[in-house]
Amino acid sequence: MTPSMTEPTIVRPYGDTTDDGMVQVSFTLPVPHDARAEGAAQQLANKMGMAPAMVVHTKAMGPSFTFFVVYGRVSHLVDLSTVEVIEREFTLLTAKEVNLAIRKALRRKLVVVGACIGTDAHTVGIDAILNVKGFAGEKGLEYYREIRVVNLGAQVFVPELVSRARKERADAVLVSQVVTQKDAHLENTREMSAAFDAAYDGSRRPLLVVGGPRFDPRMAGGLGVDHIFGKGTTPSEVASYLAHTLLSKEHREVRRSAQDPAPDTRRSPEGVRR
Amino acid sequence: MSQQGKLRLDPRTVAKARRLAARAADPVIAMARTHTTVSVERATLRLAGLTGTDPGFAGGDTPWVNRVVDTVREQVGLEHGVALPVWHELRTGGHGSLADLAEKVGAGSVRFALPTGRDADRARTAAAKAVGAGITRVDRNRRERDRLVKRLGDPRQKPWIYLIVATGDIYEDIPQAQAAAREGADVVAVIRSTGQSLLDYVPEGATRQGYAGTYATQENFRLMRAALDEVGAEVGRYVRLTNYASGLCMPEIAALAGLERLDMMLNDSMYGILFRDINPRRTFIDQRFSRMVHARAGIIINTGEDNYLTTADAVEAAHTVTVSQLLNERFAKEAGLADWQLGLGHAFEINPDLPDSFRLELAHALLARELFPDAPLKWMPPTKHMTGDVFRGYLLDGFFNLVGAMTGQGILLVGMMTEAVVTPLLSDRDLALQNVRYVLSACGGLAEDFHPPRDGLIATRARQVLWEAVDLLTDIADDGLMNAIADGTFGITKRPVDGGKGLDGVVAHADGYYNPAVELLEAGA
Repeated sequence: MTPSMTEPTIVRPYGDTTDDGMVQVSFTLPVPHDARAEGAAQQLANKMGMAPAMVVHTKAMGPSFTFFVVYGRVSHLVDLSTVEVIEREFTLLTAKEVNLAIRKALRRKLVVVGACIGTDAHTVGIDAILNVKGFAGEKGLEYYREIRVVNLGAQVFVPELVSRARKERADAVLVSQVVTQKDAHLENTREMSAAFDAAYDGSRRPLLVVGGPRFDPRMAGGLGVDHIFGKGTTPSEVASYLAHTLLSKEHREVRRSAQDPAPDTRRSPEGVRR
Repeated sequence: MSQQGKLRLDPRTVAKARRLAARAADPVIAMARTHTTVSVERATLRLAGLTGTDPGFAGGDTPWVNRVVDTVREQVGLEHGVALPVWHELRTGGHGSLADLAEKVGAGSVRFALPTGRDADRARTAAAKAVGAGITRVDRNRRERDRLVKRLGDPRQKPWIYLIVATGDIYEDIPQAQAAAREGADVVAVIRSTGQSLLDYVPEGATRQGYAGTYATQENFRLMRAALDEVGAEVGRYVRLTNYASGLCMPEIAALAGLERLDMMLNDSMYGILFRDINPRRTFIDQRFSRMVHARAGIIINTGEDNYLTTADAVEAAHTVTVSQLLNERFAKEAGLADWQLGLGHAFEINPDLPDSFRLELAHALLARELFPDAPLKWMPPTKHMTGDVFRGYLLDGFFNLVGAMTGQGILLVGMMTEAVVTPLLSDRDLALQNVRYVLSACGGLAEDFHPPRDGLIATRARQVLWEAVDLLTDIADDGLMNAIADGTFGITKRPVDGGKGLDGVVAHADGYYNPAVELLEAGA
């Protein structure tokens, strides 16, 4: 059977009947709560592709704002055949499997240095991945016997991170960025990758991995890092990624010949700016 | 209520917990009494009225208080405090004022000396007079608050409703804070820019750019205070203003809070050490001074126990919250704070997928309530298990509010269903306040009907947490608090006594150390 016979490629939202297209949205308009407000909400809902749109709830929020809840049928379709997803390029391993793989391939512990950089003081993300306690029922990387974790905590300056990574002979550097105001997370990430490139000039730098709720995983190249983890990432995903990437044959060979000043082809040119 | 309260806690166990907390804290207090820091000395100059920055130094952002303290340190050291050399120079060097002296320090034309004998006496007298003027202003602000509360009134309900604004721009914060007050906020907290805790100076002036928050500056304090007074008169209740006395400038920010009539300050005994990697000694010395200022200013402190539960499991680590509350209480009392000023923190952070999670939350919240019957207690909403499912988050916040009502919490930080998703939208805040109002109006008096049976899960759990806290306090008291912090007793982080940021700003007192602020504050009202 072809996939198209088991699953339609064109879908609509599902309310309580196939293809009814029903959605629910809520929003606020900067208008006083009066008869005109409801019409304004109708108009916005129509422009969003909802027809008919039912404004089921309106509420004044102070003298000059109104809040709406709207249910309605949306006219747009989704074409599943054009949806792009980043497939995970590595298999998920258990802690045991990761430990075994490290022992076999490296015959030493894998070293991970983690930090929140810049002014970001939110260690929730990095701690969820690194602390023994972990996240979503999974233990963090500190729990993996074959991984040595150096968690530098919050508000680490980039030069400090680079020198610690060198000193600890880090295989990977994990950086968490929660604060996104004025794109701080992007700025900080670019600054970090540029600093590592400069410091490891010619030799293979550690794997750079960033994570945070507002990152787009597709931005890795542009930011000069090797991988980006988004919201909801669990420690085992990170551990599996590290094992997959760092223990692969070609990676280790490149690292062994790191003295040769071969250009690092994995980097996109725009990632090196700044 | 009987002496033992609803949970029938054993009064001997409670007394033992307090004794152990004192035993753990007292050596640290002794250390704090015999040391000063650059920030304590700068706070002293701020109380004497020195403001502004040196336009000719670095980027022009360095405050005069930093320039003067650093120069005194270079020339004669800080072991005797900044007051003796500064007021000796002021008295004998032909300067018009403290500000004039600072400018000459900036120009490099001042040579400080440590006065002795009658010169030292005269310098002390002059310093006490100047710093006394700042303390008088703090006292006046406290009386002004009392007057306004009497005239406008306190919130009509308990807990007080605490809302956060955080735009980064003080001129955006002001209309948001006023809107929040009109919507029902009794307390408005202006979150600081995340970088501020590690700045070793307090920025100056009205600021319009911060990261995830607005810089704490004296001018920002003044602007927001005026705005809340204005809206308070309009809504007919005194609206309290909160900021953060934490990080490397804790003493100075506490002084500015007193000078500008802030009402509550976040001020935890160990948060900076554990979560910001600030040196333990620096933190405890700075903290003692800042708490003495808060005590004098009639400011309610808020402690940060909620933070433990965001990194540790809220069930497994429940007793660490109790331990921290007891330590915070001990440090606070020693610095002169009264029970009504202790907004000890705790939070609703148990995994909602855990069976009986709500009953466990009730047990923990009631334990805090009964251990500290006269403290306002600050009840903090769920953050760790807010997933982005805003509908589920709204329900969770409702249950959080319910625990607050059932256990008589004093200050309730309004939970946002968009926690960990986006900065709350206007509508999110409105919905969150509706949630609070519904719960408080539907069952605000439920505490009086709520008597968990002695052998039930709630009372049993509360007693167990107290015992675990006593066990941990025993270890800490035996080991020493500094060692316990270094060993990673609080969370996984290990913070050695000589590690962390800001240690180079710590100075041991020499014989004859003099700080007029400390003398005036220790002498009390």
